[in-house]
Amino acid sequence: MKVALKRIAPSLSTYAAVYLVFLYLPVLLLPLFSFNDGTIVAFPLSGFTFKWYLALSGEEALLRALLNSLFVGIASATLATSLGLLAARAFARYRFPLRHASEGLVMLPLVVPGIIVASSMLVLFLFIGLKPSLAAIILGHAFLTVPFAVSIMKSAFDEFDPSIEEAALDLGESVAGTFRRVTLPVVAPGILSSMLVCFTVSFDEFVLAFFLSGNEPTLPVYIWSQIRFPAKLPNTLALGSCLLAFSILLLVLAEIFRRRSTKRGTGK
Amino acid sequence: MFRLRSETSRGMALSAPATLYVGFLVAAPLGILVAYSFWTQNYVSIDRTPTLSNYGFALNDPLVRHLLLKSIWIAGLCTIATVVLAYPIAYFIAMRARRKTLWLLLITIPFWTSYLLRVFSWKLILGFKGLMNSALISLGAIDQPLAFLLYNEFAVVLTLAHAWAPFAILPIYVSLQKMDRSLLEAATDLGCTGFQRFRRITLPLTFPGVIAACLIIFIPTVGDYVTPALVGGSEGKMISNLIQVQFGAANNWPLGATLSLIAMASVGLVATGFLFLANLARGTIR
Repeated sequence: MKVALKRIAPSLSTYAAVYLVFLYLPVLLLPLFSFNDGTIVAFPLSGFTFKWYLALSGEEALLRALLNSLFVGIASATLATSLGLLAARAFARYRFPLRHASEGLVMLPLVVPGIIVASSMLVLFLFIGLKPSLAAIILGHAFLTVPFAVSIMKSAFDEFDPSIEEAALDLGESVAGTFRRVTLPVVAPGILSSMLVCFTVSFDEFVLAFFLSGNEPTLPVYIWSQIRFPAKLPNTLALGSCLLAFSILLLVLAEIFRRRSTKRGTGK
Repeated sequence: MFRLRSETSRGMALSAPATLYVGFLVAAPLGILVAYSFWTQNYVSIDRTPTLSNYGFALNDPLVRHLLLKSIWIAGLCTIATVVLAYPIAYFIAMRARRKTLWLLLITIPFWTSYLLRVFSWKLILGFKGLMNSALISLGAIDQPLAFLLYNEFAVVLTLAHAWAPFAILPIYVSLQKMDRSLLEAATDLGCTGFQRFRRITLPLTFPGVIAACLIIFIPTVGDYVTPALVGGSEGKMISNLIQVQFGAANNWPLGATLSLIAMASVGLVATGFLFLANLARGTIR
């Protein structure tokens, strides 16, 4: 028995290592070839260059798409986090009818196929007179990111000790004042974490933005328009690498804030 | 009594905005899609006389049927591939790895980077003049580039199995973590071999995690747009590509709405059938 275990253990860790290569190969490929002094992605590498990155700064359409994405990301993250903050507090603190149904419902956007969300929202928005625009994308992205906001805020509130709220109320603080001066500061890192995660999801989202952007593309929609042209490939690689770095940076920040929020809430 | 009622009303009031927002954006578009599916496109205008012609067309058109069946087939293959590849990793992290949190972090980081870029990256890896071919040629393993890597079902399944990996690993990992380890010791004491232990304890107890992983992957992949569009070629096209065409170039929204609804219904049907079979299998797996 022991022998069999020992034989299986190293092969399992070898498999895990190979699997990690499989997971990271496409992610690391973009930065690797973005510094390559050639226009095709193939071995051998031909030389080191920064020129593709420098070429990016001259693209005006890119800058515009970047600003659009930043705007959409911030606005939709704010909307989703506000909704998530209130809902998570309700789920974590109160027992009420239909709580489980409503907890399940807010998670629904995670599992609906993207094309169905995208097509049905396009139809809905045009029906109520909202033309494809950044506003439409913001509403759509807020819908997609609500599940992330709710689950992050729920973990922030789960760790939150309600007795400090009760103490504030007993000491004569009003309900609104307690929320602003006690609850909000404690869950603030959770809010930041939720904002960052929602922003990242929105910043990277393509299909919905593709359907709902009129003549104002977001960054992924801009990239989509670029990847058909082989001549633009090195620029796209450089841009993609910047985005990868940016996403990972935001997530590291989100994780730091999330950990801080769970530490604070327990009063340790 | 007063406290109870205030708790109820507070809970409902606080959760209402998110619930109503999500509920509205699920229900309202669905209602309008249903309405559209009974209308017809008359060049630039919409004819609102109710008709079943879209359904008649969609259900009888060989292309629609072909794409729908192929979407389900590819999503099914991808689900199996992802779960089979992911199970050993989840097992490794839960049972063997020393730094579990680090491993979980490593698994989830790629998921947070742009989906579009990851799919695009696979296209670069698998392409005719791409990374894989050039690497194999410079290693001397092949003389001619392999043409079968990109633009087919295989490329779609591989790319999707990569994209959805954490969604398979995490539920299986959670079910492994929840498993009572003393059962394994008991099995060993009673003379089970390693394989028997796995087959009769670990596998049945992690079955719910596997089922959850299957559904989490299958449902969204049926409707994936980016992967078939970028790496699928003509052989790997899926139903979502046809739906997009109806809302875009073909400008036939009623048909697009009908296709969306049919796709949704098929996904629901297959998922329900799968759950039913899974429940049956669960009875016999022990």
